[in-house]
Amino acid sequence: MKMWRWWWLLPVVLLAVLLGWMLLGDGGGTPTPRAASKVSAAALRSPELVAKGEYLALVGDCAGCHTAQGGARFAGGRSLATPFGDIPVPNITPDRETGLGDWSFEDFWQALHAGKGRHGELLYPAFSYTSYTKVTHDDALAIFAYLQSLPPVHQPATAPSLAFPYSVRKSLAAWRALYFREGEYRPDPAQSAQWNRGAYLVQGLGHCNECHAARDSLGGTAGDRHLTGGQIPMQNWYAPDLSTGQNGGLQGWSEQDIVDLLKTGQSAKGAAFGPMASVVAASTQHVNDDDLRAIATYLHSLPPRAPVVLDTQLFNAKAIVQQGEKVYGRHCVACHGKNGEGVAGVYPPLDGNSSVTEPTGINATRMILLGGFAPLTAANPRPYSMPPFAQQLSDSEVSAVASYIRRTWTNQASVVRPEDVSRYRHTPID
Amino acid sequence: MARAYNRTMITSASPLPAKPSVAAVFALAMLCSGASRAADAPSVPDTLQQRIAACTTCHGEHGEGTPGSGYFPRLAGKPAAYLARQMQDFQNGLRKYAPMEYTVRQLSPAYMREIAEYFASQQVPYGRSPVPAVPAATLQRGEELVGKGDPARKIPACASCHGDQLTGVEPSTPGLVGLPYDYISAQLGSWRTHTRATVAPDCMALVAARLGDSDITAVAAALASRQLPADTHAQPAGSVTPPLRCGVLGATGDLP
Repeated sequence: MKMWRWWWLLPVVLLAVLLGWMLLGDGGGTPTPRAASKVSAAALRSPELVAKGEYLALVGDCAGCHTAQGGARFAGGRSLATPFGDIPVPNITPDRETGLGDWSFEDFWQALHAGKGRHGELLYPAFSYTSYTKVTHDDALAIFAYLQSLPPVHQPATAPSLAFPYSVRKSLAAWRALYFREGEYRPDPAQSAQWNRGAYLVQGLGHCNECHAARDSLGGTAGDRHLTGGQIPMQNWYAPDLSTGQNGGLQGWSEQDIVDLLKTGQSAKGAAFGPMASVVAASTQHVNDDDLRAIATYLHSLPPRAPVVLDTQLFNAKAIVQQGEKVYGRHCVACHGKNGEGVAGVYPPLDGNSSVTEPTGINATRMILLGGFAPLTAANPRPYSMPPFAQQLSDSEVSAVASYIRRTWTNQASVVRPEDVSRYRHTPID
Repeated sequence: MARAYNRTMITSASPLPAKPSVAAVFALAMLCSGASRAADAPSVPDTLQQRIAACTTCHGEHGEGTPGSGYFPRLAGKPAAYLARQMQDFQNGLRKYAPMEYTVRQLSPAYMREIAEYFASQQVPYGRSPVPAVPAATLQRGEELVGKGDPARKIPACASCHGDQLTGVEPSTPGLVGLPYDYISAQLGSWRTHTRATVAPDCMALVAARLGDSDITAVAAALASRQLPADTHAQPAGSVTPPLRCGVLGATGDLP
């Protein structure tokens, strides 16, 4: 635990809390009554607006967080585990008592755009308003109209359980000063309309950066870390760098590869799995082709990255890789092939696959342990699957085969140690 | 349904032929960039069995389970609706077992139904599982619960729902014969700790709550020790009248 990293921030936090207290007073805000809203109830019922909002809610995968396992869509009722404690995920159906039934559009806009609740209280950034602030007023209105059109579900929120000082909402004033810049997306006139659409979706509603960038010890992503990849806190998966340029996590991916993965769950370069499998199944497969192409265009423009410097190996990597080759021959070669080439459209290649070679080795390790089905999409309704090997292989066997696939063919990543395997073996799946 | 999916697959994926001829492999090699690489490429049969490697690695290619270890239950021959329901219950978090929840988390109802039907239609011999040595009195108590229940404690006989021969009843009641001791006792325990549940009214939860610890040992030992009947198929639908109202059997409302 890199504790030293946040100690220096403590005075900053305290100062900002103090300032926040003085500036914001007691939360400082009252809801806008629906009767006083600039948006009439009739306008919200427009079928075109509701349909647009339904699409945008899919693009943003709102249901992904706002739905409990086995629960009603958008009705919340679960907690989001963060390194700072559990944050309740609210019900966003129009139930008057437990949902957004009494909310006006102005209240909704304040939450989505400014990260503030109805009463002006600062919202925890587990709700990714750091991204959603870029959503346009019109799009936000459509999403609100759609949410208000849902059947109301009575579902009270779970209780928050945050550790001090995170339990003090006002301490978020400091966090916001460090990490949050309020403002709608501003198109870059030097770029094409397609590029701008892609940038808008990726940076805004798609909130890709919330996973695909490293978070620091305060859970923020620094401004210079845009889609450069990072370990997802608590979930322990690595969301890869999304640059297709030199040394990028998607180096060598064509725009079509990106579209394929988002649409079908698979591409010639790799398959979605772990949290991204859920994102593809619930969200990106429903994104229309124009928007997918726009996203691909934007990702294709991300700059090249600095070369990755491998950690010095602390022990003999050669022996572990040799052991791994044997395990690969027994359990993996039948599907992924002798050259790690996979089978087009069925089993992903391992050679040149950034999920295999990402910096931490988490993805390869957990994939070997958990196996699972490729994302189920309209294009692939009966996906093939990979057996879980947690029950069959020891920590040293998993470390050996993970190291082998990371250091063979054209792959040149670090080895995975048995103690890492042991840790990921016990990572909860959600 | 399955036919419609097969049609979709032809357009969406391009699996190699199940047993490529030499000529086909050669033609493929010509198409691909490197001939030697293509010859190494695995051939993948377009079968459900191949698709569900994630299931069969633990439950067996034909759903025979692992009778030796008692850990992974047999799926072969269990009623399809029962199997589909279990996957759904894992999806919804009613049944808790992380590897199963992860594996089935985003499967569609149609795909789960197809997988369930695959295992339901498998016919493989039952294997014997080890049963711990229990006193004769325990085994006798278990036999009593299985065949007659315990009316004083409102515990119905297993056979009253699961069939005379305990081979299950179509479409939703699983057989209890040939299940390992460890599996049965673990499942009854799970109902009591709410890590296994199903749609309300959850009558098995009620039954499990009425069983004492020693009853669970007794009934698990008795079931696991039973000789297999000649016919292990589930009884036809409607051939039993369950004494409890069960959500899985279509009942609604609260428990009696």
